[in-house]
Amino acid sequence: MNEERKLLLTGKRKIVLFAFGMLAASLILMVRTFYVMVIMSDYYSEKAQELHERERTIKAARGEITDRNGVVIATNKTVCTISVIHSQITDSEEVIEKLSDILDISKETVRKKVEKVSSREKIAANVDKETGDKIRELELNGVKVDEDYKRYYPYKTLASKVLGFTGSDNQGIIGLEVKYEKYLKGTDGLILTETDASGIELENVAESRVEPIAGNNLKLSIDMNIQTYASQLAQNTLESKQANYVSIIVMNPQNGEIYAMVNEPEFDLNEPFELNYTLEEEVSDKEYQDLLNKMWRNQCINDTYEPGSTFKMITATAALELGVVNISSPFSCPGFRMVEDRKIRCHKVKGHGAETFEQAFMNSCNPVFIDVGARVGKENLYEYMKRLGMLKKTGIDVPGEAGTIIHKIENVGPVELATMSFGQSFQITPMQMLVAASAIVNGGNLVTPHFAVSATDSEGNLIEEFAYDVTSGVIDGQTSETMKNLMEKVVSDGGGKKAYIEGYAIGGKTATSQKLPRNSGKYIASFIGFAPVDNPQVIAMCIIDEPKGIYYGGTIATPVIANLFENILPYLKIEKTENNQVE
Amino acid sequence: MEKRRQKNYFDYSLVFLIIFLLCLGFVMLYSITSYSSQIQNGSSTEVLFKQMRSTGLGLVGMVIVAMIPCEFYKRFAFFGYILSYILILLVLSPIGLEVNGAKRWLLIGGMSFQPAEFAKLATILFLAFIISKTSKQAHKFSYVVKMMALILPISALLMFVTSNLSSAIIVAAIGFVMIFVASPKYSHFVGIIVAGVAVMSAVLLVMGGYRLERIMVWLNPEEYAQEGGYQVLQGLYAIGSGGLFGKGLGQSVQKLGYVPEAENDMVFAIICEELGFVGAIAVIILFVFMIWRFMVISSNAQSLFASLLVVGIMTHIAVQVLLNIAVVTNTIPNTGITLPFISYGGTSILFLLTEMGMVLSVSRGIMQPEKL
Repeated sequence: MNEERKLLLTGKRKIVLFAFGMLAASLILMVRTFYVMVIMSDYYSEKAQELHERERTIKAARGEITDRNGVVIATNKTVCTISVIHSQITDSEEVIEKLSDILDISKETVRKKVEKVSSREKIAANVDKETGDKIRELELNGVKVDEDYKRYYPYKTLASKVLGFTGSDNQGIIGLEVKYEKYLKGTDGLILTETDASGIELENVAESRVEPIAGNNLKLSIDMNIQTYASQLAQNTLESKQANYVSIIVMNPQNGEIYAMVNEPEFDLNEPFELNYTLEEEVSDKEYQDLLNKMWRNQCINDTYEPGSTFKMITATAALELGVVNISSPFSCPGFRMVEDRKIRCHKVKGHGAETFEQAFMNSCNPVFIDVGARVGKENLYEYMKRLGMLKKTGIDVPGEAGTIIHKIENVGPVELATMSFGQSFQITPMQMLVAASAIVNGGNLVTPHFAVSATDSEGNLIEEFAYDVTSGVIDGQTSETMKNLMEKVVSDGGGKKAYIEGYAIGGKTATSQKLPRNSGKYIASFIGFAPVDNPQVIAMCIIDEPKGIYYGGTIATPVIANLFENILPYLKIEKTENNQVE
Repeated sequence: MEKRRQKNYFDYSLVFLIIFLLCLGFVMLYSITSYSSQIQNGSSTEVLFKQMRSTGLGLVGMVIVAMIPCEFYKRFAFFGYILSYILILLVLSPIGLEVNGAKRWLLIGGMSFQPAEFAKLATILFLAFIISKTSKQAHKFSYVVKMMALILPISALLMFVTSNLSSAIIVAAIGFVMIFVASPKYSHFVGIIVAGVAVMSAVLLVMGGYRLERIMVWLNPEEYAQEGGYQVLQGLYAIGSGGLFGKGLGQSVQKLGYVPEAENDMVFAIICEELGFVGAIAVIILFVFMIWRFMVISSNAQSLFASLLVVGIMTHIAVQVLLNIAVVTNTIPNTGITLPFISYGGTSILFLLTEMGMVLSVSRGIMQPEKL
């Protein structure tokens, strides 16, 4: 036993040595733990947090668009997105059957998505709320119904090319929806949640949530009653004249607020990716997209045309301002005028004979305006076109405005000047024409045409009142008075007689322009009218593109504006005058 | 100075430490497995109750083992030594169970069982017995070599048959420390350590790819996430997000499927995440206390056999705890090892509690306690 005792004694020392060795090792580990847990803590926690967090956006409601009276013309509809979470499905057969039944999707399609191992698989989007509720009531495990917003236009086709529409992400695609995207869009909210490794959100974890901010509401100058009525008139004309398109613009000439802008045929804003006619033949995707782009064009703004005789207003204004004519200046019309080697005909083949400037304007006599244009000269004509805003864009708050197509002034010879004097051989947008006409009748103020009046937040607080440039004094007030009287004569006694309405003093100018190429037999008939003459409150324009049969502006476009004025003048509370006969 | 101690000495401090660690294990196990158990088994306590049943059985075993004087176990020493060879080799037979590509388990009567756990206890018993019988020659260097030669085959089998590197290391460490304590010399062991390091390096080079890759993963887990750094990296995320005071009990997110084997090898990472640096240090200190109790008991054991028995057990627990924590904190390359008393696992807890029974049995025979 002595030997064992000795061993036990040395053993004791060695045991203590071993124990201290282990203690030293644990101290090293404590230091290591301190390093990872305290010194590197921020680094690793951040990494872990990144790993756990999932971000989910909450869509902000897009702002509503209303007309000038607060009538909602673009709003949001609740739609549902149906998706499945693979790991939470308990009875996949039932899920496949019920979903394919209710959503009317083939079972194979649903099965593929249900059986796919992913954290979340979308089955259908833009499902209406009732269908979504029906699916939710089934309480199928693993099936999620999320509510979402979709843009909805209660008036479907009204002002479609002006309002525009939104895409799948609720972003504006054309029209005012694009232009005022930043006001309408709102700010999406965020939900930050932690999930387990398979992506399932954890309960009881405080989720940080950023509430969405709804977009601002936009108030337009459009009046839906006027828009509706103008649309009906345009539709009727489109049908009866079998025209290409019919446009009507109704504006306040004093400040440029647009009451209505119609471009028939319009399209259904709730189905903007469906053509508004039936295709005769199969087309490729690219061709289809081109057809859609064509359908979405706003002819009043995106397209140019030759204004024709309505442009005589500008030539006449320039001549009067320059004093090269007065209303009683004598002219004569033999039915044509030779300019260099070109014979330019009057629409009245026999000619108007001897006539004053006033009569020539009423008759819309081309040979006289060739003379007037020659007297004005090309520099002055260009100067007045510039003053009246015809050489630049109007600045209207709709994207895609077309620019003026016109000869360089140095290339304008006598023939070009002659044709320009009565509104041919250059192209402008209808909107430019109407803005110039407004400046002529409102005493010389060049307004910026516009739709948006103000933006308010979702609680109705005013965010912004939109201001637009007005250039005053582009022409003399006296010239304006003279021009108004001339234009009143056009309606009372001249080519615009069909615009005459009992009790109202209405002025206007007709136009019938031949489309290029000149002998194609295609015309654009148009009319610009305003009322009342002494203080114009409303100016309107009707353009009929390629009418069949009778194509004279005075015959087919003028009655449209007459019909419109007959209804909207009382509506706009414009009083009838006691004595409207000038003569 | 020497004072006769009454026969009924019992190391209550050790009993307290065992029970405390077991309860901490239950709490952590429930925290880690309740979520996944609810999803997989429909009951959040399924896994916990399974572990509680094994522990209950183990505690009964511990009490019985503790009641019997430790000299009694000498008679199992030789038998156990032979049996551990048989059990390890049985892994290759049809009753061997392959999990995750490693054959480490035996399926006996519907229960899975790890021969490695048995081999550790058998090694301890066998060495304590054989050394106490032959202690007269303990001073010779050849004796040291002979003893190591008895143990290293078990270690080698564990490594090459069951690809269980950590158990191989533990068995080798147990052998080394027991022989070291038994021998009156120090100088012999310097040679052994040098030889050991040489053998380890050779093994690393011979085994090539797989082990070397582990070292690359260890040095840079973020870059080698695909090759196995994932587990370590997720563990580090868990540990690091604990901070000084932790997220609070039950608040770990990393346990929700991010850290593989969170309830098993990686349990310490979740302790760090939920209880923080303070909690982690507390757990390490609990184990240090336990090792201290082993030291006291083995130093005061009434016979060389009893003393060596406790030294072996002490080595087992100490090496396993340190290896586990070192792996989890990425201090050393990953070996795949559980944290005693806290990690989930039936075989492990049964054998651990049997070993504790033996230590308590030794403590009951202490004749001359020091003032501690």
